[in-house]
Amino acid sequence: MLIKVRKPSEVRSSEITDEKLFWDRRRFLRGAALAAAAASATPLLLGSAAARADASAPTGGKLEPLAKSPYSTSEKLNAYKDITTYNNFYEFGTDKGDPASHAGSLKARPWTIKVSGECEKPGVYDLDDLIKPNALEERIYRLRCVEAWSMVIPWVGFPLKEVVKRFGPTSKAKYIAFETLLDAAQMPGQRPSLFGSVLEWPYREGLRLDEATHPLTILSVGLYGKVLPNQNGAPIRLVVPWKYGFKSIKSIVAMRFIEQPPPTSWNMQAPQEYGFYSNVNPNVDHPRWSQKRERRLGEFLKRPTLMFNGYGDEVAKLYSGMDLTKNY
Amino acid sequence: MPPGAPAVFPSILSSMVVIRGDSVTAPQRLLWLLKPTLFLACLAPLALLAWDAWSANLGANPITAIIARNGRWALRFLLITLAITPARRLSGWTWLIRYRRMLGLFAFTYACLHAASYLVLDQFFAWRMILEDVTKRPYITIGATAFTLLVPLAVTSTKKMIRRLGKRWLQLHRLIYVIGFLGVLHFLLLVKSDISSPAKYGAILLLLLGIRAWTWWGRAMMEWATGALAAARRGLLLRRRAGVAK
Repeated sequence: MLIKVRKPSEVRSSEITDEKLFWDRRRFLRGAALAAAAASATPLLLGSAAARADASAPTGGKLEPLAKSPYSTSEKLNAYKDITTYNNFYEFGTDKGDPASHAGSLKARPWTIKVSGECEKPGVYDLDDLIKPNALEERIYRLRCVEAWSMVIPWVGFPLKEVVKRFGPTSKAKYIAFETLLDAAQMPGQRPSLFGSVLEWPYREGLRLDEATHPLTILSVGLYGKVLPNQNGAPIRLVVPWKYGFKSIKSIVAMRFIEQPPPTSWNMQAPQEYGFYSNVNPNVDHPRWSQKRERRLGEFLKRPTLMFNGYGDEVAKLYSGMDLTKNY
Repeated sequence: MPPGAPAVFPSILSSMVVIRGDSVTAPQRLLWLLKPTLFLACLAPLALLAWDAWSANLGANPITAIIARNGRWALRFLLITLAITPARRLSGWTWLIRYRRMLGLFAFTYACLHAASYLVLDQFFAWRMILEDVTKRPYITIGATAFTLLVPLAVTSTKKMIRRLGKRWLQLHRLIYVIGFLGVLHFLLLVKSDISSPAKYGAILLLLLGIRAWTWWGRAMMEWATGALAAARRGLLLRRRAGVAK
């Protein structure tokens, strides 16, 4: 695959090719891929072949066909514009609008993920090879930010469980540690300012293995039926809907199976404010603000925050017997 | 001044310093015009906010944006107000003092808008939550304190009150230094990890207070030096007298 790095002085291809023409061409290519697949494969394979062809398409490229999921909520979706312009992605700046303005420098392809630690198949995997065997699903989830706002987002992805299964975690694997890309050239927010770094890079997150393999936990490669925009964590991110948003790490480059809980970025930054679990919990306030209510973006009145962000029926059993005021 | 620069500017300045008399000079008319212009300029952030709200240009979370913008402007006007005295002293433009009250009242205005947008837009009069915020969240306790302290300053800003309070007016209005600290602290405590923005406000506040401290210290040193000189002279005189008496 030839990757062209655009110098600032060079014209964008969008300035040369008419956008409509460009998309027509893509549609034609997709049609060709479908025809080729149809000639040789079962209908099931056809689906994943189409999805595969598009998962590597540029931002905004369509992902289809998408399977519906019983885990999706029927709540009103937030607008695509809101989801893609109001982001916490400190690698591109700490203002909510910064990621949308600055994430253009991120190169989402080619992309590899390094898998290591307590598993049978460690190695460096090409992202598209990882995505390929999975049928893409639409998962409409609530996202509750630790800052007491929330959205409803139609993610596109597949269960993390499927990928974990493939790597064959050993009996010693109790946790998975994730890492975001570390590259200040692509992620200008990683350059230290006058006051030092806002976080210790790379961004790190982690899950207990049973949390990681829970059917609600997905790896997302898109939203609104389109390829994931850079500011939302392209090319691949975690989505754990019953935890505060910062647990859903973006632009993942590494996964490591380990025996002990891994260090996680916000916990390292302020351990008394952000715990390893960080389950959405209206009864445990952030030391500096209340978590009892949240503002669903687009609504005027705040709504009560639900335990486990409303996913208690599915996940409460993971924490039975645990004191959640201590394990916040 | 670089050589060859027009000498008009300082002459205007010096004429401005003289305008205490009753005759209306040209620069005085200029100053009269400046006040309504400045007044309108101080309203510009509010107008821009209204425009952005009207045209749905405040992003996905407009309520938070409104609170944050009004808060920043309250802090900015507070710093601008605190900058008047040092600016006057450094530039010699004594007429700057004429705008200080108005700027201070604009700091209060934006603080009112900030507090009101929290009470109405963010909490919508959920008094129990508000009470919990004020008592349990240090940054809100500090913000509420700063706002409360601003009220007596705004109330006593009239000419009548200045006259009535006399020396005590000055003492009361020194509260503004405390309010400045509380305002910056309020901002600092609410950010998650990027302190660069509140730190900038803090640095400007420290600079403005630092200039004051420097002047006070200079004045105190001067007084001490004059005092010491006088004492020394007196001592010398005494000794001389004693010598004469010998």
